[in-house]
Amino acid sequence: MTNKEKRIWKVSIILAAVLAVGQNASAMHIMEGYLSPIFCVAWGAVCIPFLVKGFMGVKKVFTENPKAITLLSMAGAYIFVISALKIPSVTGSCSHMTGTGLGAILFGPCTTSILGIIVLVFQAILLAHGGLTTLGANTFSMAIAGPLVSFGIYKIFKKCNLNKRVGVFLAAAAGDLFTYCVTSLQLAIAYPSQNGGVGASVLEFLGVFAPTQIPLSIVEGLLTVMIVVALENYAGQELKAVGFEKAD
Amino acid sequence: MKRDAKLVILLLVLAAVIIVVPLFALKGAEFGGSDDAGSVKVEELQGEYEPWFTPVFETALNGEIPGEVESLLFCVQTGIGVGIIAFLMGRFVERKKHEKSDTSC
Repeated sequence: MTNKEKRIWKVSIILAAVLAVGQNASAMHIMEGYLSPIFCVAWGAVCIPFLVKGFMGVKKVFTENPKAITLLSMAGAYIFVISALKIPSVTGSCSHMTGTGLGAILFGPCTTSILGIIVLVFQAILLAHGGLTTLGANTFSMAIAGPLVSFGIYKIFKKCNLNKRVGVFLAAAAGDLFTYCVTSLQLAIAYPSQNGGVGASVLEFLGVFAPTQIPLSIVEGLLTVMIVVALENYAGQELKAVGFEKAD
Repeated sequence: MKRDAKLVILLLVLAAVIIVVPLFALKGAEFGGSDDAGSVKVEELQGEYEPWFTPVFETALNGEIPGEVESLLFCVQTGIGVGIIAFLMGRFVERKKHEKSDTSC
């Protein structure tokens, strides 16, 4: 990072802290109009540093690592596809996957947050799915928290020299599931249960989302491994460019 | 390479099974969205809840997006994604073919 970029990054953290702290903090995508304005601003603020860093990450790909542009657009397209598919689950309701695991593994969580927010804006405006007021909260759960977990798991597997494909599977599946855990938490803080407070409320919302999401997160893991296998076979030089595979 | 092809097929079959099984195991279930289940839960915890903001598209239409149109838009989203992935994957595959024939002659 250049000095100027560092300064912008620092300012964004301060901005986030100022906006988010001091407000008494309250689903996949939280529905439009379901979070009070305070929470909308607070969650949006938390996202700012990640998005700023992510923007720099995307810029860096374009200026310094043009070979990786194809992989970046592929990771974005993957989120587009995966998050548009509503899939039936064992609980008798449908939900959809997040698709952010691939981006997180290849480019890290911050850059993925930019890819994720593009999809969320698309869905909020055109599909009335999620929402503009809840964009901050949804971005945090799907495009930041989930990818962070995916990235962490993938890194651990890499460090310990464990099977890469198993790592990819677990990273994508856990990231997907964690997204919904964060969503439950966000809703629970906004709607604490009258008898039992936030804790009881978290369990209530987890009860709605988690059982539906578990099979879907497994599917997401499988599909992500599939696309990684395809890339390993045909896009070796690009994977080397982003550090997924060792350079010769 | 051949082992990978087998793995990919296996993964696809597994994914398909996980998706299809609930449909048959839970005949007659509604399969509504879990987002809606979320709003039901909110009402349970809070009583009547009136969202304070409606989606911009629905405001412009003065009502909900018709179901068929919504599925059209979801298809457009999938189409954009699949198009990009297929285009790039096709390029990668062809490139590899060329590299191979370059080294052989």
